[in-house]
Amino acid sequence: MELYIFDGSLEGMLTAVFECYRRKSQAVKLVSEVFHVPDVFDPGYRVISDREKGKRVWKGLCKKLGKEWQFRFYKAFLSEQPEVYQHLFNFARYVIDQPAGACENFAHPDVLAISQIAQKVHREKHRMEAFVRFQKTGDGIYYAHIEPDFDVLPLLTEHFQNRYADQRWIIYDLKRKYGLYYDLEKTEEIELDAAPQMSVTNALPSGLLDAKEQLYTLLWQDYFKSTNIQARKNTRLHVRHVPRRYWKYLSEKQG
Amino acid sequence: MYERIREKLGILADAAKYDVSCSSSGSNRKNENKGIGDAEGTGICHTYTEDGRCVSLLKILLTNHCIYDCAFCVSRRSNDIKRAAFTVEEVVELTMNFYRRNYIEGLFLSSGIFKDADYTMERLVRIVKKLRQEERFNGYIHLKTIPGASDELLREAGMYADRMSINLEMPTESGLKLLAPEKSHAEVKKPLKYIQNNITQFESEKALIKSVPKFVPAGQSTQIVVGATPESDKEILYTANAFYQNFSLKRVYYSGYIPISYDARLPVIGSQPPLIRENRLYQADWLMRFYGFKVQEILSDIHPNLEADVDPKLSWALRNLDQFPVDINTADYFMILRVPGIGVSSALKIVQARKFNRLYESHLRKLGIAFRKAGHFIRYADSPVQLKEYEAGHIKGLILSESKSKYQKNPLNQLSLF
Repeated sequence: MELYIFDGSLEGMLTAVFECYRRKSQAVKLVSEVFHVPDVFDPGYRVISDREKGKRVWKGLCKKLGKEWQFRFYKAFLSEQPEVYQHLFNFARYVIDQPAGACENFAHPDVLAISQIAQKVHREKHRMEAFVRFQKTGDGIYYAHIEPDFDVLPLLTEHFQNRYADQRWIIYDLKRKYGLYYDLEKTEEIELDAAPQMSVTNALPSGLLDAKEQLYTLLWQDYFKSTNIQARKNTRLHVRHVPRRYWKYLSEKQG
Repeated sequence: MYERIREKLGILADAAKYDVSCSSSGSNRKNENKGIGDAEGTGICHTYTEDGRCVSLLKILLTNHCIYDCAFCVSRRSNDIKRAAFTVEEVVELTMNFYRRNYIEGLFLSSGIFKDADYTMERLVRIVKKLRQEERFNGYIHLKTIPGASDELLREAGMYADRMSINLEMPTESGLKLLAPEKSHAEVKKPLKYIQNNITQFESEKALIKSVPKFVPAGQSTQIVVGATPESDKEILYTANAFYQNFSLKRVYYSGYIPISYDARLPVIGSQPPLIRENRLYQADWLMRFYGFKVQEILSDIHPNLEADVDPKLSWALRNLDQFPVDINTADYFMILRVPGIGVSSALKIVQARKFNRLYESHLRKLGIAFRKAGHFIRYADSPVQLKEYEAGHIKGLILSESKSKYQKNPLNQLSLF
């Protein structure tokens, strides 16, 4: 078993696949340097990320994978889970070595793992689309921050840009310390020097807010209560749909 | 100033909540004019109420003043409650401000009937027109069809709405006559048909001319109240089935009756809503729409009601043991779909995966099927040799004893609170 260490980037991961064919490696253990514990007896092979090599592997994969699987591959990568890199690596080799269509073999451990991890990431992306609550600031920007389980911001751009095309907005990932900013023309990645912290009520300081923001938070909280049917109360079902770790985003749960 | 709008929202959201539809999917309205909103593709539940229902749309009545006196409705004219009415501007402003903050997917607008049908419908149309044209709003709009409104108004409404719906309320004409003598199923069918015909006409024109505008792109739906009148599940599902077929409905919603009246014709206030029954009806509805079951297979004269302790698919399998076991490695996709414990996505994965290798128990467990249930009905590469044939009651007992059904520990008409 050969040990490969890469820098944790998608490009690095794809380069590792390239290198394993160039070096004619058989069994490879791939770890991201973030999770790597140095071993005196096995220094491992350091993969140097290379744009061209990465591109060639990606192109090769695209020839065998449909749009949906390409997207799954990317989503699984964004999970940042330590074990996902090995699965992606094995999956890439499996797809490259087999005729097209092999990705449908759900009995293959790596195919199944990728599809399941991608599904988790997709669910988190969908939750962010649902649970983001914008607050309108005094200068007319709609602001929201999140702490998603996976690095889903890159997956959110299209959805929010299509939907909120006529308002400026920011969605900021407090965990990973970067955000998306849409300026009515395009969406860019930004970093804030002093991002507001996640707080109990999750409200921005009132000095920053638009004059009517409080009213709409209040009306939303009212609506949430009025639309509930007391006779049907079912807390277990409620919590299954809105797990507690997301409550901090939701103004209706603070009222 | 704030108090007035808060009070109105309280009254008019409360009165609208018994309409259970909150779907925001199935439309294809894109944000093409750099306006606001996008109603393309799958819906989003932005939150869930404490009773576990999805909140996707701002669901309100324009007013709860009503000239009708339907016994099952909170807004009936004889009911002594606070009345309120939104202005057109108020509804537009609430919708836009909720939408811009990502609270909702759009608006679900209904209304009590004040003055007459056309007067009410005309107000509703004015609101959706303003949203679409002045606010350039492309979010989802679900609009109630007011029975008796003129064809011209319905046609105009359909140009702006994504979905329209009109409720059957009671599953049979006789049930409806009992509680709402002023209403009939015929006046529900007429507008359903008119809008259905228009949808078909717009679609056929669209095939020829690309610029044909949208007309109710997410189709029509209806709602049946369950448990207010004594109909059997068979009567309910057969009615639903007929409406799916005759009016191409996208959805039929089943709403367990929540007692809101001391009327002697109805269940008393405080009695439990029939939540399990409602749940079983939805499961049966899914079987008809996604699993290729005919309504006659699910319910019949000898089997007129769904069971509370097992789901309708398991119930069907137990009544038809001659069709099992199904061999996972060779059976037709539609037969795999009929196995209790296997859903649509698992069934698809199974038929894909078996092209590459014979499937073993370990594969099936990992694919995500409910093996404890399905195991009794399938054969796979390493399935154990079965010496004796089990009979239905025995299998049912095995499944129930192994499962942790949320319905067993409680009285049969009640869901767990905690």
